[in-house]
Amino acid sequence: MKIKKSWKDKVVDVILYVFLLLMSLICLFPFIHVFSKSISEEAYVIANKVFLLPKGFSLNAYQKVFADSTILRSLWVTVLVTVVFTVIGMFLTICAAYALSRKELKGRKLMTFLILATMYFTAGTIPDYMLMSDLHMLDTIWCLILPLCFAPYNLLIMKNNFASNIPDSLVESALIDGAGHFTILGKIVVPLSKPIMATIALFYAVGRWNAYSDALYYIKQRTDLRPLQLKLYYLVVAATESFQAEGGVVGVMTNPEVMKAACVIFATLPIICVYPFVQKYFVQGTMIGAVKG
Amino acid sequence: MKSDAAVKAGKKQKPKENMALYLKKNWQLYVLMILPMLFIVIFKYGAYPFLTVAFKDYKVARGINGSEWVGLEIFQKIFNHKDFGKSVYNTLLLNILDLLFSFPMPIILALVLNEIRCKWFKKVTQTLLYLPHFLSWVIIGSLAYQLFSQNSGVVNILIKNAGASPIPFLQDNTWWLISYILIGVWQSMGWGTIIYLAAITSVNPELYEAARVDGAGRWKQCLHVTLPCIRSTIVTLLIMNLGKMMQGSFERIYALSNMKATQYTTTIPVLVYRWGIESGKFSEATALGLFQSVIGLVLVLVSDYVAKRLGEDGLI
Repeated sequence: MKIKKSWKDKVVDVILYVFLLLMSLICLFPFIHVFSKSISEEAYVIANKVFLLPKGFSLNAYQKVFADSTILRSLWVTVLVTVVFTVIGMFLTICAAYALSRKELKGRKLMTFLILATMYFTAGTIPDYMLMSDLHMLDTIWCLILPLCFAPYNLLIMKNNFASNIPDSLVESALIDGAGHFTILGKIVVPLSKPIMATIALFYAVGRWNAYSDALYYIKQRTDLRPLQLKLYYLVVAATESFQAEGGVVGVMTNPEVMKAACVIFATLPIICVYPFVQKYFVQGTMIGAVKG
Repeated sequence: MKSDAAVKAGKKQKPKENMALYLKKNWQLYVLMILPMLFIVIFKYGAYPFLTVAFKDYKVARGINGSEWVGLEIFQKIFNHKDFGKSVYNTLLLNILDLLFSFPMPIILALVLNEIRCKWFKKVTQTLLYLPHFLSWVIIGSLAYQLFSQNSGVVNILIKNAGASPIPFLQDNTWWLISYILIGVWQSMGWGTIIYLAAITSVNPELYEAARVDGAGRWKQCLHVTLPCIRSTIVTLLIMNLGKMMQGSFERIYALSNMKATQYTTTIPVLVYRWGIESGKFSEATALGLFQSVIGLVLVLVSDYVAKRLGEDGLI
């Protein structure tokens, strides 16, 4: 079906394209600017000459970021915490989502309610903090992993997906053939649910990677356990910490603005690298999440 | 009579056998629930008992059980505190402004995206628009300081080069508020389109056909077909947002706040942090948090009720 466009339509088209182009450039521009700043020669940055494109070329700032052992340590903490968090979270979510999606499970309404109720009435920051203190988890990596690694919202999405995507007859016939629920979950449900599992795993991983408030509350003494986002907060936003040059590679002092820019890119790069590949799953997950119940 | 009794006995026997059979078949389901329920009980329900701190004069040395029970005294104290009213006011103000500016933007963008026929252009713009959603507030805060700081921020350099005087985007209270809201729009506008785009794709194409036959142009189609069809999605999301009026993103405010512009940064979550974690006043901070949770719960329940009365899906 082809509809001939009038000149008026074409004008409207141009306006809409320009509008969208502008909006997406607004989303892109901050990164380009900060990236350019981070690889420009300092003199240009100090003279406020760097706008969109880098002026000169220097990786000095990045050398210093990589020479700062506390930043690398923070990156390692974040990677470790994110991986363990996602693995435990996925295990618990898959188990609970399958069990709660089966009608044979008696009391599943009550259990679902007990789990979801915690989303709508939270104890709050201080009771959570006191619980962590009571469990002796403050200043350990466990306080960044265990309290949040089983998310009711993710459970809801996965449960709904299991309920609507795994044909009941398939599970029934496997049960009649004598298979147990462990076997059914491992051999049928999990292999059939790869997309939703990728989605939820990414929800967990990106959520953990980005969060910093719990680390701000719980990690006080052990500065070596600060995740990357919290480290970045102290370095760039609060600017209460300065960069450490390891082994006296100080040389010429690097401009703090350039260092900050390099740090921001250093912390953003992992997300930007995986983002194009995970975007699809996120969109799907959000659409499933929109249909609640 | 005898046969009746036999039948009864048979009936009684049957559920028992069924139960054994049922358990034999399904015990694994219960095993699967053990660990998840354990996590919920320990890490979610385990925190609720600490709410009693809000009704006690909590002293760390005495512990929770040893601290004196004071009833609602703590609540009286915080309601009279000068920062309390300020924090409630700021929380509501930031949320209302967010709703006014961040809520309509995704609808507009979704409607525009819907008009784009060029596939690759649509894909590229969507990818770019979604990007801010994936960044932590610390990174967004850092970007904001790189862009908007008064002396070295690129926006102010451009303003200075144009001959005007620099604007204290993050250092002046009013400008801070504007920046805070606009950064929120920037962060959420792309991602918010997803739900609307999904709703738009489910619009019956025959409706557009009919509108076209009636001589409706693209603007009219958008106004009289697309918008009415996604109306229920808009209403649901609006009510959902109204239910969140008392919540506040600690991470967002904390990453954007600084020493110079503090008028609007005192919101409930920030005050809880300041009182509780920074100053160790656990009773006051817990009471404030509990106040927020209770109002939040009421708002969610009310908005869910309203949504259901309007014939929408509801939230819970």
